This record gives sequence, C-alpha cells and structure tokens, in this order.
Amino acid sequence: MSIFQIVMFAIIAAILVITIKSERPEIAMLISLAAGVSILIFVISKISTVISVFNQLTSRTNIDMIYLNNILKIIGIAYITEFGTQICKDVGEGNLASKVELAGKIFILIEAIPIILALLNVVVSIMP
Amino acid sequence: MNVDIIFKIAAIGILVTVLNMVLVSSDRKEQAMMVTLVGLVVVLMMVISMVSNLFNAVKTMFQLY
Repeated sequence: MSIFQIVMFAIIAAILVITIKSERPEIAMLISLAAGVSILIFVISKISTVISVFNQLTSRTNIDMIYLNNILKIIGIAYITEFGTQICKDVGEGNLASKVELAGKIFILIEAIPIILALLNVVVSIMP
Repeated sequence: MNVDIIFKIAAIGILVTVLNMVLVSSDRKEQAMMVTLVGLVVVLMMVISMVSNLFNAVKTMFQLY
C-alpha cells in the first residue's frame, strides 16, 4: 500500500463524483465523503506508528506524559475539525464550515489550558 | 483501501437516476421522488457506518473521550 494507490483511489472517486454530480448532487457528495473517510481510515493506521515513537522519545527524556496526552488530543481534535470543515465547504456551506472551525478552536483552547498554566508557573518562578 | 464501496454508491446513484427517469416519463412523479429518497437513505446508511468507524479509530488513537 503506498501513496500511488491513494492517489488512484482519489482520482477514481473524483471521476465518479463528476459523473453523478449533474443528476444526483447529494449522492455525489456522499461519494466524495465516503472516499475521504476511507482515505482517512487508512492514514490513521500510519499515524499510530508515529505516536508510539513519540511516546518512547518522551518517556526516555522524562518529559511529563500529561502534556503529551494533551498534545495528542489537540491533534485529534484538529484532525476531525478539518475533516468536517472541508466536507461543509465542498457542499458550499461556508457558514457551517466556519462554525465547525470556531468550535474546534474552542475545544483546542480548552485542551491547551493546562499547558498554558504550566508555562505561566515556570515564567513566574523565573521572575526575580 | 477498498474501492468497491465507492463503486457501490455510484451504482446506486446511477440506478436511482435511471429509475427516476423511467418513472417520470410514465408520469409517476411521486414514485420517482420515493425512489430518490430510498436510494439516498441506503447510501446514507453505508456512509454513516464508515464515518462511525473513522470516529472510533480517531477516539482510540488520540484518547479523545
């Protein structure tokens, strides 16, 4: 499995979307959604290897694991938010896309609060 | 990377389009509408099950509960 098959898969999906877009735009949109989902499902299995290497690195250099979990959560939220935003933009719903993006930013901010607090504590402790 | 899913959805789409044209030509507009809705629901069921698989994968991967 390599990038070639992914690109071929996307081209086939695009051709199918075009053939059906004129008569049945809703089913065309569902085809592009299904193709996007299957590519994402395939890519997620590759991400797990990156995450395990990331875990080993942080455990060896005894950085707090708490922050790593937060970072992973933020990446996950960004991943899904971008997925939803693109789907809404494809259909032409710019309004929905911006709302989803706003919600994603808020959730990421909530996840990032512990890291910000830790940073402030360090800064305060350094201050004379 | 199973390509057959998108071929299945495309086949349903084409089938619904053809059935629609046949029904419209024999002036049964309401049945044509029903066929369109049925096709849409079938495709939606397939796509939604795929999306839920993706979301479960992301949940377990990024510990997003």
